[in-house]
Amino acid sequence: MSAHAPIVDARAIHKHFGHLHVLKGVDLQVAEKELVFLIGPSGSGKSTLLRCLNRLEEPTSGSVIVDGIDMLDARTDINKARQRIGMVFQSFNLYPHMTALGNVALALRKVQGLGKAAAEAKARAALDRVHLADRADHYPLQLSGGQQQRVAIARAIALEPRVMLFDEPTSALDPELVGGVLAVMRELREDGMTMVVVSHEMGFAKAAADRVVFMADGAIVEQGVPAEIFAAPRHDRTRAFISQIERH
Amino acid sequence: MSGWERFVDSFFNARVMAQYLPKIIEGFGLTVVLALLIIAAGLALGLLLALLRAFGIRPLNWLIIFTVDLFRALPPLVIIVLLFFGLPNAGIELSGFVASWLSLTLVLMAFSEEIFWAGITSVPKGQWEAARSTGLGFVQTLGHVVLPQALRITIPPLTNRTIAITKGTALASVVAVPDILGAANAGVSFSFNPSPLTLGAIAYLVLFFPVVVLGRWIETRFAWKR
Repeated sequence: MSAHAPIVDARAIHKHFGHLHVLKGVDLQVAEKELVFLIGPSGSGKSTLLRCLNRLEEPTSGSVIVDGIDMLDARTDINKARQRIGMVFQSFNLYPHMTALGNVALALRKVQGLGKAAAEAKARAALDRVHLADRADHYPLQLSGGQQQRVAIARAIALEPRVMLFDEPTSALDPELVGGVLAVMRELREDGMTMVVVSHEMGFAKAAADRVVFMADGAIVEQGVPAEIFAAPRHDRTRAFISQIERH
Repeated sequence: MSGWERFVDSFFNARVMAQYLPKIIEGFGLTVVLALLIIAAGLALGLLLALLRAFGIRPLNWLIIFTVDLFRALPPLVIIVLLFFGLPNAGIELSGFVASWLSLTLVLMAFSEEIFWAGITSVPKGQWEAARSTGLGFVQTLGHVVLPQALRITIPPLTNRTIAITKGTALASVVAVPDILGAANAGVSFSFNPSPLTLGAIAYLVLFFPVVVLGRWIETRFAWKR
């Protein structure tokens, strides 16, 4: 980690869903340009943690500071703050009634207040970055899953976020479509994007992650560089999880 | 006269039909105006209530649900009669036209609110999350992302319900409104011949058949582009 203040600084995050205690005091700091991978068995709280970072999920207690903005302060303009945090979802969540271009341009127009022409120019540039400039006028249902997810990435990066959150971005994709999405993510990383990724793509984690965080039962069990976590995990839980994943 | 001749004389009596055609046409115009006013006000109010309900303000939602259930439970004729014959006791005199319009508007409001609401809730949570994650506010998300999708889903049931309730304009004849059925009934009473009713039936077909076809067209027009 760099010596600078972390761009994402989440501390002592607790989250209860009724009687379920899904996050039990989690700390997560992410440095600028760092790619952090969150792994762990399902139900370990990694997606919930990710969703707490842009307050799609309201932590029961704790603090979340992103790029110097207190995300949990009631006085924070959450809509303004969220523009700095791009998010990509497992199920893409593209707007089915809009073209790819419309999907990307919506927030540019309605949130950033750009005119139609300026928003579309920016949206086209973002689609170009995910190699889908030629699909701008297609509706989501006319695109493959991989293309839809890349449009979703374009929708997020068009707002020029400081951090990108990926919530299992390839889990809903057919295997042959995963590569295209990972390639775009790798290019983002090379452009210096700070990224927090929840994913089971261990190959990508090994190749691209700066740090792997292993979570279980709502807490961080251990974290370190990929080589360390994958080759020499210190905890039994981590070892069991890694060996189970690698067997597949 | 044979049975067939008597039938034709009763229901397709050209002389009677010609005599009452102008009245039926006037009734037709009135029914169209009444129907359009009901559709405009009923759907607008229904959508408004559904949108208000989306804000999730508890006491307000209870009030909306109670109102909606009330007007879904009461037969439209009962509401018309209550408004027309009951309200004067409270010092409010409504014409038959206004009482009919208000009653059917409230009924359409209630049913369409439920349909709009079902449409809004059927939009996946992920759509809300995606929009909110890009910084769109609640109202912007509702307006630009959720509502357009909700409206598409609601078009078939909404069309059906709108047609069903708008046909209820015939009930206005009970409170002396000279709509199609009112004019036809009056014709029957004066001529002692039911042929004006035949004209009335034709008038209803002319009015509502295109609406049904239009509903079908809108349904296909708004299907997702594949």
